[in-house]
This record gives sequence, C-alpha cells and structure tokens, in this order.
Amino acid sequence: MVAAMAAAVVLCRLGGYWLIGRFTIGPRLRKMLNALPGAVIASTIAPILVTGGVSAWLALALAALTMIVVRNDFAALAAGVVVAAVARASGL
Amino acid sequence: MQATPHHPRWTRDAFRAGIMATMPLLPGLCAFGIAFGTVAARKGFSLLDACLMSAAVFSGVAQIIVVDAWPAELTAATIFAGAVVTALICSRFILIGASMRPWFGAMPERGLVYFTLYLLVEPPWLLGSRYYNNGGRDPAFVLGSCAVCWLSWVGSTAPGYWLGASIGDPHRFGLDLIMPAFFVVMLVSMWQGARRAAGWIVGGVVAVATVHLFGGFWYVLAGALAGSIVGGFVDD
Repeated sequence: MVAAMAAAVVLCRLGGYWLIGRFTIGPRLRKMLNALPGAVIASTIAPILVTGGVSAWLALALAALTMIVVRNDFAALAAGVVVAAVARASGL
Repeated sequence: MQATPHHPRWTRDAFRAGIMATMPLLPGLCAFGIAFGTVAARKGFSLLDACLMSAAVFSGVAQIIVVDAWPAELTAATIFAGAVVTALICSRFILIGASMRPWFGAMPERGLVYFTLYLLVEPPWLLGSRYYNNGGRDPAFVLGSCAVCWLSWVGSTAPGYWLGASIGDPHRFGLDLIMPAFFVVMLVSMWQGARRAAGWIVGGVVAVATVHLFGGFWYVLAGALAGSIVGGFVDD
C-alpha cells in the first residue's frame, strides 16, 4: 500500500513537470503558471475560512496584517499562531 | 529572466538559504507530523511502518486520510483505492510540478531536479516561487526547504506515535491553522495589485463551490485551475 501511495505521489509531483516539458510554454501559459501559487493558496484556504469560524478568520487576518506591516515571515506566522491558540482556547 | 547554466546552481549557500527561509514553519511541520504519528499509532501501525510511510509518501493529508481509513484487509482493490485517494489529494501537484518547468527546465542535472520534485511540498514551492520572483535562480534553495520539511515530517512522526492519544485534539490550540496562516503570509508577499488578485478570488470561489457540491479532494485542483486560467488572462 505504501508503495502504491508513493507511486501515486510520484505520478503527481513528477508527472506534471514531465508532461508540460513536452510543450513549449508560450507567454499566456507562462502567465497562468505565474498565477498558480496565488490560486492554489486561495483554493486551499477559502474552504477553511468558510467553515473555520471566528478563530480561523482572526488568526488568518492577524497573520496577513502583521505581514503587511512588518514584512517578516516569522513574526507574521507567530502572530497568527498566537491568535489561533488564544481564540481556540477561549472557545471561539 | 530565464535561468541559464551560467547562473550558479546547487550551491551550499542557496541550500542553506532555503533551510533558513523554512525555519519559521518548523512548529507547524512538526505539529502536522505528530498528528500523523498519533493516527498511525491509533490504527495499530508499527513505528517503523509509520516512519517509512512518512519518508516514502511525504504527504501529510494523504497519509492521515488513508491511514485513518485503513482497510481490515489489504487487497488489490483496497490498495488501488488508497492509491487513487492519494493521487486525488496530490492532484494539485500536477500543476505545481508543471509550474516549476520554467525554472528547473533549464537545469541540466535532471536527476537532482526529479529528486527535488519528489520532495516538493507547498512550503518549498511557495518560498521558491518568491525567491525566483526576486531574482533567485539556484534550485538548491528549493531543495534546502524540502530537506527541512522532509526531516521534520519524518522526525516528528515518532514523537507523535509515542505521545498517542495524550496529544488531544490539534484543533484545541489552533495547530490546524498554522499551515493556513503560512499560506496567507505567502499570499501577502505575492500581492501585485488588486487586478492580479482576481484570479485568487475566482480560485477561492471555485474551490468552495466544488467542495460544497462534490465534497472530496477535487477542490484544490479545481480552484487552482480556474484561478490560474483567470489570473493568466488578467495579467496583461
């Protein structure tokens, strides 16, 4: 089973890279690939924001705000984590 | 600017830079690995099997979900089902791997490239994207980040295994929000104006709609496809 799962992961992680290597990446495709990171992030966190409740909103908003103001990964992440812990611990 | 073989590549400095860039994530990565360790222990896995799975599969969501649904008997059908679920969960990496092509495609060391791709998870990919957008071209940066993620993932499986049920619910202290917080932080550093963010909004909406309508694990791939297509057209 582990081998089968590992094979599935390999197929995804390496397969996409290999497959697109068979095509020439024109300017439009390149722009789409550039837009991918933001799209993946949005797709991953949007459902969390919808179902996560107040604690999720608070934590992610604080992380974003801290990043905007301080421009430091570690500080922003720490702020988000602290807010998440406090919010969850107080039952939000 | 395309990476060329004339840029320094696979240097120790870049490898170290990738490691340092990923360090803020260490608590989150370890929390995730510990969560998997507890699930594996609960399902009666041996410590060795749990660690081997972490080392070989290296996908937190897939591991937790498949182990949690571990069949009573391993048949060809149940193994196939496990592989399909893993592929669905990791389907977003088809696009993510493809997005590495403009950068890694210029690297002649294909073995190292594919090795790095095998270990690619979101943090190295996102941190690497930012590094590349800021002019970085050395793929060792990504590999360094992958190394931190892999080592902390495999290394925290055992403590989770031993801690077992005593760790309680990861939701209690917001541990499940660490990775989403990281994603949001990266999103902020990727801000290039409200117009470009249109793709993000489309992606988010499609993802939420997909998971509400169909459930399952398609939603990241669906949102990523929609968001990157829209983002590609808005970026003019």
